[in-house]
Amino acid sequence: MTDALLRIEGVSKRFGGVIASDNISLEIRPGELHAVIGPNGAGKTTLIGQLMGEIGPDSGKVVFEGNDITVLPTWQRGQLGLARSFQITSLFLNFTALDNVALAVQARSGHSFHFWRDARRLPELRVPARDALARVGLAGREDVVVSNMSHGEHRQIEIAMALAMQPRMLLLDEPMAGMGPEESARLVETLRELKQELTILLIEHDMEAVFALADRISVLVYGRVIASGAPEHIRSNAEVRRAYLGDGKKKAAGGHG
Amino acid sequence: MKTIFTVRNVLVFGLLAFLAVIPAYADVTGNTFIMTLFTRIVILAIAAVSLNLIMSYGGMVSFGHAAYLGIGGYAVGILAFEGINSGFVQWPVAMIACGLFALVTGALSLRTRGVYFIMITLAFAQMIYYVGVSLDRYGADDGLTIYKRSNFGSLINLSNKTTFYYVCLVTLFATMYLVWRLVNSRFGMVIQGARSNDRRMRAIGIPTFRYRLVCFVIAGMMCGLAGILLANQADFVSPATMHWTRSGDLIVMAVLGGMGSVIGPVVGAVALLVLEETLPHIIAVVGHFVTGLEMTAAREYWQLVLGPMLLLVVLYARGGIDGLLRGGRRD
Repeated sequence: MTDALLRIEGVSKRFGGVIASDNISLEIRPGELHAVIGPNGAGKTTLIGQLMGEIGPDSGKVVFEGNDITVLPTWQRGQLGLARSFQITSLFLNFTALDNVALAVQARSGHSFHFWRDARRLPELRVPARDALARVGLAGREDVVVSNMSHGEHRQIEIAMALAMQPRMLLLDEPMAGMGPEESARLVETLRELKQELTILLIEHDMEAVFALADRISVLVYGRVIASGAPEHIRSNAEVRRAYLGDGKKKAAGGHG
Repeated sequence: MKTIFTVRNVLVFGLLAFLAVIPAYADVTGNTFIMTLFTRIVILAIAAVSLNLIMSYGGMVSFGHAAYLGIGGYAVGILAFEGINSGFVQWPVAMIACGLFALVTGALSLRTRGVYFIMITLAFAQMIYYVGVSLDRYGADDGLTIYKRSNFGSLINLSNKTTFYYVCLVTLFATMYLVWRLVNSRFGMVIQGARSNDRRMRAIGIPTFRYRLVCFVIAGMMCGLAGILLANQADFVSPATMHWTRSGDLIVMAVLGGMGSVIGPVVGAVALLVLEETLPHIIAVVGHFVTGLEMTAAREYWQLVLGPMLLLVVLYARGGIDGLLRGGRRD
Protein backbone atom coordinates (compact mmCIF):
# COMPACT_ATOMS: atom_id res chain seq x y z
CA MET A 1 0.00 0.00 0.00
CA THR A 2 1.41 3.38 -0.90
CA ASP A 3 -1.08 5.59 0.87
CA ALA A 4 0.40 4.97 4.32
CA LEU A 5 1.54 8.14 6.10
CA LEU A 6 4.36 6.29 7.86
CA ARG A 7 5.72 3.00 6.64
CA ILE A 8 8.22 0.92 8.55
CA GLU A 9 9.80 -1.69 6.29
CA GLY A 10 11.70 -4.57 7.79
CA VAL A 11 13.46 -2.52 10.48
CA SER A 12 15.95 -4.45 12.59
CA LYS A 13 18.14 -3.31 15.45
CA ARG A 14 20.43 -5.38 17.59
CA PHE A 15 22.22 -4.28 20.79
CA GLY A 16 24.93 -6.85 21.36
CA GLY A 17 23.09 -10.13 21.77
CA VAL A 18 19.69 -8.51 22.27
CA ILE A 19 17.43 -8.11 19.27
CA ALA A 20 15.44 -4.97 20.05
CA SER A 21 13.74 -4.77 16.66
CA ASP A 22 13.32 -7.96 14.67
CA ASN A 23 12.30 -7.20 11.09
CA ILE A 24 9.46 -4.89 12.09
CA SER A 25 7.07 -3.83 9.33
CA LEU A 26 4.16 -1.52 10.11
CA GLU A 27 1.98 0.87 8.21
CA ILE A 28 0.32 3.84 9.83
CA ARG A 29 -2.55 5.08 7.68
CA PRO A 30 -3.49 8.75 7.51
CA GLY A 31 -6.05 9.66 10.15
CA GLU A 32 -5.81 6.52 12.24
CA LEU A 33 -4.74 6.10 15.82
CA HIS A 34 -2.40 3.18 15.81
CA ALA A 35 -1.39 1.78 19.16
CA VAL A 36 1.70 -0.31 19.80
CA ILE A 37 1.54 -2.44 22.92
CA GLY A 38 3.82 -5.05 24.32
CA PRO A 39 5.38 -6.19 27.58
CA ASN A 40 8.37 -4.42 29.14
CA GLY A 41 11.49 -4.85 27.07
CA ALA A 42 9.56 -5.57 23.88
CA GLY A 43 11.44 -2.81 22.04
CA LYS A 44 8.75 -0.14 21.95
CA THR A 45 10.98 2.78 22.90
CA THR A 46 13.71 1.51 20.55
CA LEU A 47 11.12 1.63 17.79
CA ILE A 48 10.26 5.28 18.57
CA GLY A 49 13.97 6.09 18.72
CA GLN A 50 14.35 4.74 15.20
CA LEU A 51 11.33 6.64 13.95
CA MET A 52 12.74 9.89 15.39
CA GLY A 53 16.27 9.27 14.20
CA GLU A 54 17.88 9.01 17.64
CA ILE A 55 18.78 5.40 16.92
CA GLY A 56 19.85 4.20 13.48
CA PRO A 57 18.40 0.82 12.42
CA ASP A 58 20.83 -1.91 11.32
CA SER A 59 18.62 -2.63 8.34
CA GLY A 60 15.25 -1.68 6.97
CA LYS A 61 13.63 1.58 5.97
CA VAL A 62 11.41 4.25 7.47
CA VAL A 63 9.25 6.06 4.93
CA PHE A 64 7.24 9.15 5.85
CA GLU A 65 4.82 10.57 3.29
CA GLY A 66 6.63 8.72 0.55
CA ASN A 67 10.10 10.03 1.53
CA ASP A 68 12.76 7.72 2.86
CA ILE A 69 13.73 9.29 6.20
CA THR A 70 15.81 6.37 7.53
CA VAL A 71 19.02 8.40 7.82
CA LEU A 72 17.56 11.88 8.37
CA PRO A 73 18.68 13.69 11.55
CA THR A 74 16.10 14.13 14.30
CA TRP A 75 15.53 17.84 13.78
CA GLN A 76 14.73 17.40 10.09
CA ARG A 77 12.09 14.81 10.96
CA GLY A 78 10.59 17.39 13.29
CA GLN A 79 10.53 19.88 10.43
CA LEU A 80 8.80 17.32 8.20
CA GLY A 81 5.98 17.05 10.71
CA LEU A 82 6.86 14.14 12.97
CA ALA A 83 6.29 15.27 16.55
CA ARG A 84 6.93 13.16 19.59
CA SER A 85 6.26 13.22 23.28
CA PHE A 86 8.74 11.64 25.62
CA GLN A 87 8.09 8.72 27.94
CA ILE A 88 10.18 10.38 30.61
CA THR A 89 9.17 14.02 30.75
CA SER A 90 11.64 16.10 28.78
CA LEU A 91 10.93 19.80 29.10
CA PHE A 92 12.78 23.08 29.57
CA LEU A 93 12.41 23.11 33.33
CA ASN A 94 13.54 26.67 34.01
CA PHE A 95 11.11 28.12 31.46
CA THR A 96 7.43 28.78 31.99
CA ALA A 97 4.85 26.49 30.41
CA LEU A 98 4.16 29.13 27.77
CA ASP A 99 7.90 29.54 27.00
CA ASN A 100 8.16 25.79 26.47
CA VAL A 101 5.33 25.63 24.01
CA ALA A 102 6.27 28.91 22.31
CA LEU A 103 9.67 27.38 21.54
CA ALA A 104 7.90 24.57 19.71
CA VAL A 105 5.89 27.15 17.76
CA GLN A 106 9.12 28.97 16.98
CA ALA A 107 10.60 25.74 15.63
CA ARG A 108 8.05 25.55 12.86
CA SER A 109 8.10 29.27 11.98
CA GLY A 110 11.36 29.36 10.05
CA HIS A 111 14.90 29.68 11.31
CA SER A 112 15.70 31.31 14.64
CA PHE A 113 18.52 33.61 13.58
CA HIS A 114 16.55 36.59 14.85
CA PHE A 115 18.69 38.41 17.36
CA TRP A 116 16.82 41.52 18.32
CA ARG A 117 13.11 41.40 19.07
CA ASP A 118 11.89 40.05 22.39
CA ALA A 119 10.64 36.53 21.66
CA ARG A 120 8.28 36.72 24.62
CA ARG A 121 6.45 39.62 23.04
CA LEU A 122 5.82 38.10 19.62
CA PRO A 123 2.12 37.34 19.25
CA GLU A 124 2.86 34.97 16.36
CA LEU A 125 4.64 32.74 18.89
CA ARG A 126 2.63 33.40 22.03
CA VAL A 127 -0.92 33.09 20.67
CA PRO A 128 -0.56 29.61 19.11
CA ALA A 129 1.32 28.49 22.22
CA ARG A 130 -1.54 29.68 24.43
CA ASP A 131 -4.00 27.82 22.21
CA ALA A 132 -2.02 24.60 22.42
CA LEU A 133 -1.90 24.83 26.23
CA ALA A 134 -5.63 25.48 26.34
CA ARG A 135 -6.28 22.40 24.20
CA VAL A 136 -4.58 20.10 26.69
CA GLY A 137 -6.38 21.77 29.58
CA LEU A 138 -3.69 24.07 30.94
CA ALA A 139 -5.35 27.44 30.36
CA GLY A 140 -4.46 29.76 33.22
CA ARG A 141 -1.20 27.91 33.99
CA GLU A 142 0.81 29.55 31.20
CA ASP A 143 3.13 31.64 33.32
CA VAL A 144 4.05 28.99 35.88
CA VAL A 145 7.67 27.85 35.72
CA VAL A 146 7.62 24.22 34.61
CA SER A 147 9.80 22.95 37.45
CA ASN A 148 7.03 24.07 39.84
CA MET A 149 4.32 22.09 38.06
CA SER A 150 3.01 18.60 38.78
CA HIS A 151 3.90 15.42 36.95
CA GLY A 152 0.46 15.30 35.35
CA GLU A 153 0.86 18.85 34.10
CA HIS A 154 4.26 17.97 32.66
CA ARG A 155 2.62 15.19 30.68
CA GLN A 156 0.08 17.67 29.36
CA ILE A 157 2.81 20.14 28.33
CA GLU A 158 4.58 17.29 26.52
CA ILE A 159 1.53 16.92 24.33
CA ALA A 160 0.95 20.66 23.97
CA MET A 161 4.51 21.03 22.64
CA ALA A 162 3.99 18.28 20.11
CA LEU A 163 0.72 19.91 19.06
CA ALA A 164 2.28 23.34 18.74
CA MET A 165 4.56 21.99 16.03
CA GLN A 166 1.41 21.51 13.90
CA PRO A 167 2.65 18.05 13.03
CA ARG A 168 1.44 15.68 10.36
CA MET A 169 1.78 12.87 12.83
CA LEU A 170 2.14 12.46 16.60
CA LEU A 171 4.35 9.84 18.22
CA LEU A 172 3.23 9.50 21.81
CA ASP A 173 5.57 7.47 23.99
CA GLU A 174 3.54 6.31 26.99
CA PRO A 175 1.77 9.62 27.56
CA MET A 176 -0.09 8.21 30.56
CA ALA A 177 3.04 7.00 32.36
CA GLY A 178 2.83 7.81 36.05
CA MET A 179 -0.61 9.43 35.83
CA GLY A 180 -3.44 8.84 38.26
CA PRO A 181 -6.71 7.35 36.97
CA GLU A 182 -8.43 10.72 36.88
CA GLU A 183 -5.63 12.39 34.93
CA SER A 184 -5.50 9.43 32.58
CA ALA A 185 -9.21 9.67 31.87
CA ARG A 186 -8.85 13.35 31.08
CA LEU A 187 -5.93 12.66 28.74
CA VAL A 188 -7.95 9.96 26.97
CA GLU A 189 -10.57 12.61 26.27
CA THR A 190 -7.92 14.99 24.91
CA LEU A 191 -6.51 12.27 22.66
CA ARG A 192 -10.00 11.34 21.46
CA GLU A 193 -10.39 14.93 20.23
CA LEU A 194 -6.92 15.00 18.68
CA LYS A 195 -7.45 11.83 16.69
CA GLN A 196 -10.19 13.59 14.74
CA GLU A 197 -7.55 15.66 13.00
CA LEU A 198 -4.21 13.93 13.47
CA THR A 199 -2.57 10.63 12.73
CA ILE A 200 -1.24 9.24 15.99
CA LEU A 201 1.13 6.43 16.87
CA LEU A 202 0.49 5.66 20.52
CA ILE A 203 2.77 3.55 22.65
CA GLU A 204 1.05 2.84 25.91
CA HIS A 205 0.84 0.42 28.80
CA ASP A 206 -2.63 1.48 29.89
CA MET A 207 -4.78 -1.17 28.19
CA GLU A 208 -8.01 0.56 29.01
CA ALA A 209 -6.83 3.69 27.22
CA VAL A 210 -5.47 1.74 24.26
CA PHE A 211 -8.68 -0.22 23.66
CA ALA A 212 -10.75 2.94 24.13
CA LEU A 213 -8.80 4.93 21.57
CA ALA A 214 -7.08 2.76 18.99
CA ASP A 215 -8.32 2.13 15.49
CA ARG A 216 -5.68 -0.53 15.07
CA ILE A 217 -3.29 -2.18 17.47
CA SER A 218 0.06 -3.85 16.88
CA VAL A 219 1.57 -6.13 19.49
CA LEU A 220 5.32 -6.16 19.93
CA VAL A 221 7.02 -9.03 21.78
CA TYR A 222 10.79 -9.49 21.87
CA GLY A 223 11.17 -7.02 19.01
CA ARG A 224 8.73 -8.83 16.75
CA VAL A 225 5.26 -7.77 15.69
CA ILE A 226 3.22 -10.85 16.57
CA ALA A 227 -0.17 -9.39 15.67
CA SER A 228 -1.60 -6.30 14.07
CA GLY A 229 -5.25 -5.43 13.55
CA ALA A 230 -8.47 -4.01 14.92
CA PRO A 231 -8.88 -3.97 18.73
CA GLU A 232 -11.46 -6.79 18.76
CA HIS A 233 -9.14 -8.89 16.60
CA ILE A 234 -6.26 -8.33 19.02
CA ARG A 235 -8.40 -9.03 22.04
CA SER A 236 -9.32 -12.45 20.68
CA ASN A 237 -5.89 -13.37 19.30
CA ALA A 238 -4.62 -16.41 21.17
CA GLU A 239 -0.93 -15.65 20.76
CA VAL A 240 -1.42 -12.13 22.08
CA ARG A 241 -3.35 -13.36 25.07
CA ARG A 242 -0.62 -15.81 25.88
CA ALA A 243 2.22 -13.32 25.41
CA TYR A 244 0.72 -10.32 27.01
CA LEU A 245 -2.90 -9.72 27.85
CA GLY A 246 -3.52 -13.03 29.59
CA ASP A 247 -0.65 -12.42 31.99
CA GLY A 248 -2.46 -10.25 34.50
CA LYS A 249 0.63 -9.67 36.63
CA LYS A 250 2.55 -7.80 33.96
CA LYS A 251 -0.34 -5.74 32.79
CA ALA A 252 -0.17 -2.89 35.24
CA ALA A 253 3.53 -2.13 34.93
CA GLY A 254 4.66 1.29 33.75
CA GLY A 255 8.36 0.96 33.10
CA HIS A 256 10.57 1.07 30.06
CA GLY A 257 9.29 -0.51 26.85
CA MET B 1 3.16 44.59 41.81
CA LYS B 2 6.75 44.63 40.75
CA THR B 3 8.63 47.80 41.42
CA ILE B 4 11.82 48.77 39.68
CA PHE B 5 13.07 50.42 42.89
CA THR B 6 14.31 47.24 44.53
CA VAL B 7 17.48 47.28 46.59
CA ARG B 8 19.21 45.36 43.84
CA ASN B 9 18.18 47.71 41.06
CA VAL B 10 19.18 50.78 43.03
CA LEU B 11 22.59 49.24 43.77
CA VAL B 12 23.07 48.18 40.16
CA PHE B 13 22.17 51.63 38.95
CA GLY B 14 24.48 53.07 41.61
CA LEU B 15 27.33 50.90 40.35
CA LEU B 16 26.81 51.96 36.74
CA ALA B 17 26.57 55.62 37.77
CA PHE B 18 29.71 55.20 39.87
CA LEU B 19 31.55 53.80 36.86
CA ALA B 20 30.39 56.79 34.83
CA VAL B 21 31.81 59.39 37.26
CA ILE B 22 35.20 57.74 37.87
CA PRO B 23 37.08 60.18 35.57
CA ALA B 24 35.54 63.18 37.33
CA TYR B 25 36.53 61.74 40.70
CA ALA B 26 40.05 61.03 39.49
CA ASP B 27 40.26 64.55 38.12
CA VAL B 28 39.17 66.21 41.35
CA THR B 29 41.35 64.08 43.63
CA GLY B 30 44.26 63.78 41.23
CA ASN B 31 44.15 60.01 41.80
CA THR B 32 45.32 58.60 38.46
CA PHE B 33 45.70 55.10 39.85
CA ILE B 34 41.96 54.71 40.20
CA MET B 35 41.57 55.61 36.52
CA THR B 36 44.04 52.94 35.48
CA LEU B 37 42.42 50.39 37.77
CA PHE B 38 38.90 51.06 36.65
CA THR B 39 39.76 51.19 32.95
CA ARG B 40 41.11 47.69 33.44
CA ILE B 41 38.04 46.63 35.39
CA VAL B 42 35.70 47.92 32.71
CA ILE B 43 37.64 46.14 29.97
CA LEU B 44 37.72 42.83 31.82
CA ALA B 45 34.02 43.27 32.59
CA ILE B 46 33.39 43.26 28.83
CA ALA B 47 35.24 39.95 28.62
CA ALA B 48 33.27 38.56 31.56
CA VAL B 49 29.95 39.67 30.04
CA SER B 50 30.84 37.89 26.81
CA LEU B 51 31.83 34.73 28.67
CA ASN B 52 28.59 34.90 30.61
CA LEU B 53 26.64 34.82 27.34
CA ILE B 54 27.91 31.37 26.41
CA MET B 55 28.46 30.09 29.94
CA SER B 56 25.26 30.89 31.79
CA TYR B 57 22.79 31.28 28.95
CA GLY B 58 24.27 28.71 26.59
CA GLY B 59 25.67 26.25 29.13
CA MET B 60 29.03 26.32 27.33
CA VAL B 61 31.61 26.58 30.10
CA SER B 62 34.64 27.76 28.16
CA PHE B 63 37.92 27.53 30.07
CA GLY B 64 39.78 29.22 27.24
CA HIS B 65 38.05 32.54 26.95
CA ALA B 66 41.21 34.57 27.59
CA ALA B 67 42.47 33.35 24.21
CA TYR B 68 40.32 36.05 22.63
CA LEU B 69 41.90 38.72 24.84
CA GLY B 70 45.23 37.60 23.45
CA ILE B 71 44.15 37.27 19.82
CA GLY B 72 42.49 40.70 19.89
CA GLY B 73 45.53 42.21 21.60
CA TYR B 74 48.08 40.56 19.33
CA ALA B 75 46.16 41.59 16.21
CA VAL B 76 46.45 45.22 17.35
CA GLY B 77 50.06 44.80 18.50
CA ILE B 78 51.30 43.03 15.39
CA LEU B 79 49.59 45.46 13.02
CA ALA B 80 51.03 48.39 14.98
CA PHE B 81 54.48 46.77 14.91
CA GLU B 82 54.21 46.42 11.14
CA GLY B 83 53.30 50.07 10.82
CA ILE B 84 49.53 49.85 10.46
CA ASN B 85 48.15 52.09 13.18
CA SER B 86 44.70 52.84 11.86
CA GLY B 87 42.00 51.59 14.22
CA PHE B 88 39.71 51.25 11.23
CA VAL B 89 41.99 48.44 10.08
CA GLN B 90 43.19 47.07 13.43
CA TRP B 91 39.84 46.64 15.12
CA PRO B 92 37.99 44.82 12.33
CA VAL B 93 41.02 42.60 11.68
CA ALA B 94 41.25 41.74 15.38
CA MET B 95 37.56 40.93 15.64
CA ILE B 96 37.55 38.85 12.47
CA ALA B 97 40.58 36.92 13.74
CA CYS B 98 38.70 36.21 16.99
CA GLY B 99 35.61 35.22 15.06
CA LEU B 100 37.55 32.78 12.91
CA PHE B 101 39.30 31.26 15.91
CA ALA B 102 35.93 30.85 17.64
CA LEU B 103 34.41 29.35 14.50
CA VAL B 104 37.09 26.69 14.09
CA THR B 105 37.56 25.80 17.76
CA GLY B 106 33.81 26.01 18.41
CA ALA B 107 32.98 23.71 15.51
CA LEU B 108 35.24 21.10 17.08
CA SER B 109 34.62 21.63 20.79
CA LEU B 110 30.83 22.01 20.59
CA ARG B 111 30.63 18.37 19.64
CA THR B 112 31.49 17.61 23.23
CA ARG B 113 29.72 18.37 26.50
CA GLY B 114 30.48 19.04 30.13
CA VAL B 115 34.00 18.36 31.33
CA TYR B 116 35.18 17.47 27.83
CA PHE B 117 34.06 20.84 26.55
CA ILE B 118 35.90 22.57 29.39
CA MET B 119 39.09 20.63 28.66
CA ILE B 120 39.00 21.08 24.89
CA THR B 121 38.47 24.85 25.12
CA LEU B 122 41.36 24.98 27.58
CA ALA B 123 43.51 22.99 25.17
CA PHE B 124 42.81 25.36 22.29
CA ALA B 125 43.59 28.37 24.46
CA GLN B 126 46.88 26.77 25.53
CA MET B 127 47.75 26.21 21.89
CA ILE B 128 47.27 29.90 21.17
CA TYR B 129 49.25 30.76 24.29
CA TYR B 130 52.23 28.78 23.01
CA VAL B 131 51.84 30.33 19.58
CA GLY B 132 52.26 33.68 21.35
CA VAL B 133 55.33 32.41 23.19
CA SER B 134 56.89 31.29 19.92
CA LEU B 135 56.38 34.58 18.05
CA ASP B 136 60.06 35.62 18.09
CA ARG B 137 59.54 38.55 15.78
CA TYR B 138 56.87 39.92 18.13
CA GLY B 139 58.64 39.62 21.45
CA ALA B 140 57.91 35.96 22.23
CA ASP B 141 57.79 35.45 26.00
CA ASP B 142 58.58 39.06 26.78
CA GLY B 143 55.60 40.40 24.88
CA LEU B 144 55.23 43.22 22.45
CA THR B 145 55.22 46.90 23.27
CA ILE B 146 52.69 48.97 21.37
CA TYR B 147 54.17 52.42 20.76
CA LYS B 148 51.07 53.99 19.28
CA ARG B 149 47.51 53.36 20.27
CA SER B 150 44.93 52.61 17.58
CA ASN B 151 44.52 55.73 15.49
CA PHE B 152 41.02 56.89 14.64
CA GLY B 153 42.18 60.13 13.03
CA SER B 154 40.35 63.17 14.25
CA LEU B 155 37.33 61.09 15.27
CA ILE B 156 38.57 60.06 18.66
CA ASN B 157 41.88 60.23 20.50
CA LEU B 158 42.54 57.04 22.46
CA SER B 159 45.70 58.47 24.04
CA ASN B 160 43.57 60.72 26.18
CA LYS B 161 42.92 58.77 29.39
CA THR B 162 39.44 60.13 29.97
CA THR B 163 38.39 59.59 26.37
CA PHE B 164 39.78 56.09 26.45
CA TYR B 165 37.94 55.30 29.67
CA TYR B 166 34.65 56.41 28.18
CA VAL B 167 35.28 54.43 25.01
CA CYS B 168 35.68 51.35 27.21
CA LEU B 169 32.62 52.18 29.30
CA VAL B 170 30.39 52.80 26.28
CA THR B 171 31.65 49.53 24.80
CA LEU B 172 30.75 47.75 28.05
CA PHE B 173 27.25 49.24 28.12
CA ALA B 174 26.75 48.41 24.44
CA THR B 175 27.92 44.84 25.01
CA MET B 176 25.56 44.43 27.95
CA TYR B 177 22.65 45.80 25.94
CA LEU B 178 23.48 43.54 23.02
CA VAL B 179 23.67 40.46 25.23
CA TRP B 180 20.39 41.41 26.86
CA ARG B 181 18.65 41.74 23.49
CA LEU B 182 20.27 38.54 22.31
CA VAL B 183 19.24 36.29 25.19
CA ASN B 184 15.62 37.41 25.01
CA SER B 185 15.35 37.09 21.25
CA ARG B 186 14.25 33.98 19.35
CA PHE B 187 17.95 33.18 18.97
CA GLY B 188 18.39 33.46 22.73
CA MET B 189 15.43 31.19 23.42
CA VAL B 190 17.05 28.53 21.25
CA ILE B 191 20.38 28.97 23.03
CA GLN B 192 18.78 28.69 26.46
CA GLY B 193 16.63 25.80 25.33
CA ALA B 194 19.68 23.94 24.09
CA ARG B 195 21.36 24.40 27.48
CA SER B 196 18.30 23.15 29.28
CA ASN B 197 17.37 20.19 27.04
CA ASP B 198 19.17 19.66 23.77
CA ARG B 199 17.37 16.43 23.00
CA ARG B 200 13.99 18.09 23.18
CA MET B 201 15.20 20.94 20.97
CA ARG B 202 16.08 18.48 18.24
CA ALA B 203 12.76 16.66 18.68
CA ILE B 204 10.83 19.90 18.07
CA GLY B 205 12.84 20.37 14.89
CA ILE B 206 15.64 22.78 15.77
CA PRO B 207 19.23 22.02 14.74
CA THR B 208 20.91 23.33 17.89
CA PHE B 209 24.54 22.96 16.85
CA ARG B 210 24.56 25.88 14.40
CA TYR B 211 22.90 28.22 16.91
CA ARG B 212 25.32 27.29 19.64
CA LEU B 213 28.23 27.78 17.26
CA VAL B 214 27.02 31.23 16.20
CA CYS B 215 26.60 32.16 19.87
CA PHE B 216 30.14 30.94 20.58
CA VAL B 217 31.48 33.08 17.73
CA ILE B 218 29.56 36.17 18.90
CA ALA B 219 30.98 35.77 22.41
CA GLY B 220 34.47 35.29 21.01
CA MET B 221 34.27 38.48 18.99
CA MET B 222 32.93 40.44 21.95
CA CYS B 223 35.82 39.24 24.05
CA GLY B 224 38.13 40.16 21.18
CA LEU B 225 36.92 43.72 21.58
CA ALA B 226 38.02 43.57 25.20
CA GLY B 227 41.40 42.27 24.00
CA ILE B 228 41.76 45.22 21.64
CA LEU B 229 41.01 47.66 24.45
CA LEU B 230 43.28 45.88 26.92
CA ALA B 231 46.25 46.05 24.55
CA ASN B 232 45.59 49.73 23.92
CA GLN B 233 45.34 50.46 27.61
CA ALA B 234 48.54 48.65 28.57
CA ASP B 235 50.33 49.72 25.36
CA PHE B 236 51.57 46.18 25.55
CA VAL B 237 50.53 42.63 24.82
CA SER B 238 52.16 39.39 25.92
CA PRO B 239 51.34 35.69 26.13
CA ALA B 240 50.46 36.24 29.79
CA THR B 241 47.31 37.99 28.56
CA MET B 242 45.95 34.63 27.51
CA HIS B 243 47.34 32.46 30.26
CA TRP B 244 44.83 29.90 31.48
CA THR B 245 44.67 31.56 34.89
CA ARG B 246 43.21 34.60 33.13
CA SER B 247 40.48 32.37 31.68
CA GLY B 248 39.90 31.19 35.23
CA ASP B 249 39.63 34.80 36.44
CA LEU B 250 36.90 35.45 33.88
CA ILE B 251 34.93 32.43 35.08
CA VAL B 252 35.34 33.58 38.69
CA MET B 253 34.03 37.04 37.76
CA ALA B 254 30.90 35.57 36.18
CA VAL B 255 30.27 33.12 39.02
CA LEU B 256 31.04 35.65 41.76
CA GLY B 257 28.84 38.34 40.28
CA GLY B 258 26.01 36.03 39.32
CA MET B 259 25.37 33.95 36.25
CA GLY B 260 21.64 34.55 36.12
CA SER B 261 21.75 38.07 34.73
CA VAL B 262 23.50 40.29 32.24
CA ILE B 263 24.80 42.66 34.93
CA GLY B 264 26.17 39.86 37.15
CA PRO B 265 29.59 39.54 35.50
CA VAL B 266 30.10 43.32 35.72
CA VAL B 267 29.44 43.18 39.46
CA GLY B 268 31.82 40.23 39.63
CA ALA B 269 34.57 41.98 37.70
CA VAL B 270 34.39 45.05 39.93
CA ALA B 271 34.23 42.95 43.11
CA LEU B 272 37.11 40.63 42.19
CA LEU B 273 39.52 43.27 40.91
CA VAL B 274 38.76 45.77 43.69
CA LEU B 275 39.27 43.00 46.25
CA GLU B 276 42.58 42.07 44.63
CA GLU B 277 43.74 45.65 45.02
CA THR B 278 42.37 46.39 48.47
CA LEU B 279 42.59 43.10 50.36
CA PRO B 280 46.34 43.42 51.08
CA HIS B 281 45.77 46.84 52.67
CA ILE B 282 42.72 45.67 54.57
CA ILE B 283 44.62 42.70 55.96
CA ALA B 284 47.49 44.90 57.07
CA VAL B 285 45.22 47.47 58.72
CA VAL B 286 42.88 44.98 60.38
CA GLY B 287 45.84 42.83 61.42
CA HIS B 288 47.53 45.84 62.99
CA PHE B 289 44.32 46.82 64.76
CA VAL B 290 43.75 43.33 66.18
CA THR B 291 47.28 42.36 67.14
CA GLY B 292 48.93 45.70 67.55
CA LEU B 293 51.85 44.41 65.52
CA GLU B 294 53.18 45.63 62.22
CA MET B 295 51.45 43.34 59.70
CA THR B 296 53.04 44.37 56.40
CA ALA B 297 54.23 40.81 55.73
CA ALA B 298 50.66 39.56 55.98
CA ARG B 299 49.75 41.58 52.90
CA GLU B 300 51.14 38.85 50.73
CA TYR B 301 48.61 36.36 51.98
CA TRP B 302 45.54 38.21 50.68
CA GLN B 303 44.62 35.24 48.51
CA LEU B 304 44.14 33.20 51.69
CA VAL B 305 41.24 35.52 52.43
CA LEU B 306 39.92 35.81 48.89
CA GLY B 307 39.77 32.04 48.37
CA PRO B 308 37.36 31.28 51.22
CA MET B 309 35.26 34.31 50.22
CA LEU B 310 34.78 32.84 46.74
CA LEU B 311 34.05 29.47 48.29
CA LEU B 312 31.30 30.97 50.45
CA VAL B 313 29.69 32.65 47.45
CA VAL B 314 29.73 29.44 45.43
CA LEU B 315 28.38 27.36 48.32
CA TYR B 316 25.76 29.68 49.72
CA ALA B 317 24.86 32.10 46.95
CA ARG B 318 24.36 30.17 43.76
CA GLY B 319 23.24 33.31 41.94
CA GLY B 320 26.39 35.16 43.01
CA ILE B 321 26.34 38.66 44.48
CA ASP B 322 23.58 39.72 42.12
CA GLY B 323 21.57 36.66 43.11
CA LEU B 324 21.94 37.58 46.80
CA LEU B 325 20.68 41.09 46.15
CA ARG B 326 17.69 39.70 44.32
CA GLY B 327 16.84 37.46 47.24
CA GLY B 328 17.72 34.23 45.50
CA ARG B 329 15.12 34.61 42.75
CA ARG B 330 16.00 33.92 39.17
CA ASP B 331 14.09 35.55 36.40
